[in-house]
Formats: sequence, C-alpha cells, structure tokens
Amino acid sequence: MAAIYSLYVINKSGGLIFYKDYGSAGKMDTNDTLRLASLWHSMHAISQQLSPVSGCFGIELLQADTFDLHCFQSLTGTKFFVVCEPGTQHMENLLKHIYELYTDYVLKNPFYEMEMPIRCELFDISLAQAVQKERVALLGR
Amino acid sequence: MQFFGGTEISPSPPLPTASGNNGNMMYIFNRNGVCLLYREWNRPLKTLSSQQDHKLMFGLLFSLKSLTAKMDPTSAEKGNLGVPQLPGQGCSFHSFRTNTYKLSFMESPSGIKIILVTHPRTGDLRDSLKYIYNLYVEYVVKNPLYSPGTPIRSELFNKTVDQYVRGLG
Repeated sequence: MAAIYSLYVINKSGGLIFYKDYGSAGKMDTNDTLRLASLWHSMHAISQQLSPVSGCFGIELLQADTFDLHCFQSLTGTKFFVVCEPGTQHMENLLKHIYELYTDYVLKNPFYEMEMPIRCELFDISLAQAVQKERVALLGR
Repeated sequence: MQFFGGTEISPSPPLPTASGNNGNMMYIFNRNGVCLLYREWNRPLKTLSSQQDHKLMFGLLFSLKSLTAKMDPTSAEKGNLGVPQLPGQGCSFHSFRTNTYKLSFMESPSGIKIILVTHPRTGDLRDSLKYIYNLYVEYVVKNPLYSPGTPIRSELFNKTVDQYVRGLG
C-alpha cells in the first residue's frame, strides 16, 4: 500500500515554512525538521554543481531503502518535497497541485508575510483534502 | 541485508542492452574519502578542479546518507543528525535523479563507495554496481601489488569497467 509519510515546504533561503506528518514511525521534533530542511536545501544546490551537463535544476527524486523523496522546485526557489513509500506513483502531480494550493491560499492571503512559516487555515484544510483524495486514489489502484 | 547472494562470488552481469554511451562518470571512494578511481566518459560541463570535485562529491554523499538515516519514516530510534553512520547501519539511499543526470550509489560493508552518474532515464543500477564491486575485488583487491587506500592504477580494471559500462542500457 503506497502511503505518504510527510510533507515539507521550504522557502528560497532554505528555511522550513511548513511541515506536516502523515504517519512516520518516529516522532521528529521541530528542531530536527528545521535541520533536515536546511540540509536538503544545501544538498539540492550542491547536486546542481555536480551535473555533467549544464541546465540542472536539482534533485527531483531520491530513492532510499525504505522511502522515496519527491521534490518540486518552483521558479522562485520555493521547494515542496514529500516523503513517501518506495514506488508511489503520481507524486509529481500531487506536488504541483500542492503548489497551486500554496499560490491560492497562502500567497494571495494579504496577511501572509513572505518567507515566514505558513499559518493559513484554508491552506491546511484544502491540503488535507488533497492528500486524502490522493490516499483514496492510491488505495483504489 | 545479505550482500553477496548465495555461493556466487561474481554474479553474472545484468544483460546489457548495448545502446552504448550511457555512462557519464564513475567514482570509487574508500571509507576515508580517498578517491580510488575516477572515470569520465561524457562530461561536457566541468565547473571545479578534480580535487574539489571529488571532495564535493564525497561530502554530498556523506550528508545525503546522514539525511536519509534521519528522515527514515519507518524507524523510531534515530541517532542525531551528523553522527557518522557505519556502512549498513540505518537507512541509506541508492540513487537520486535530477533533470540532467541520475546518480546511483552503493556502499560495501567495508566502506567502499561506488558512484555511477548516468542519463536521467536509466533504470535501477544496483545489480550493476554490485557487479562493478566484484570487478574491483577481482582485479584490484586480489592484486598483490596494490596497496589499499591508494588510487587504483590498473589498466585491465579500467578497460573492463569501460567495456561493462558501455554495455549498460
């Protein structure tokens, strides 16, 4: 059964602005998530330097023994990445959909400060709906 | 994780699909970060000197391993970020893909890291990396004139690896 474990959103400087856990085994405290987010931001940048051909935009998929990590980077440098079970399909579409929700519910919110942690209720609600729909779709296949 | 399957010492190589020119670069590091081998077949863009490039690659892999061990969603007990992991301890990644390349990684129990950089649409190369590791054991480790921890200078090994990588799909 393919499942989503967690979702991170990081701003263009590498700071974590949103984190949601959907069922990892170990609880991670806030400091750890912040560190992991910055670490990912740096790794993403370094991977562009090691490319054999020009035009590299950074890591899109990382495959490990027990999980896969899909990353989507917007044109402005905001990164959305999701930790899921190995072999989960259609994560790129989910990430693009989450990016749309971000632009609608976060960026168009006049009280939201750029690069700050996201505290928008509508974003949380529609994100939960999107992830739930994805879960149901994955179970059905 | 059983590293060597059954009684085979050198598993037969995965069937090559002979489309040629797929491999870009290959690195072999030992556990101390010494680059034992660097092969380059197709690398139009070179941004750094070789020394810096090797260090950057090793550093990237070390940090990615640390990240995957900490981010593992299936284990409850995780060490702190940055604590060096023993080979085989904790979750480790085996490949990552960008829009321009795919990097496949394998670490042996003795800390020998083999990295293959290929075209982004390459499939799973874990078996191929195991085969390259066996080539390393046969041609390099079993060579009485080779001292461990020093760069590999074996024409035969280079030729065999070149030939094998050229045959990968």
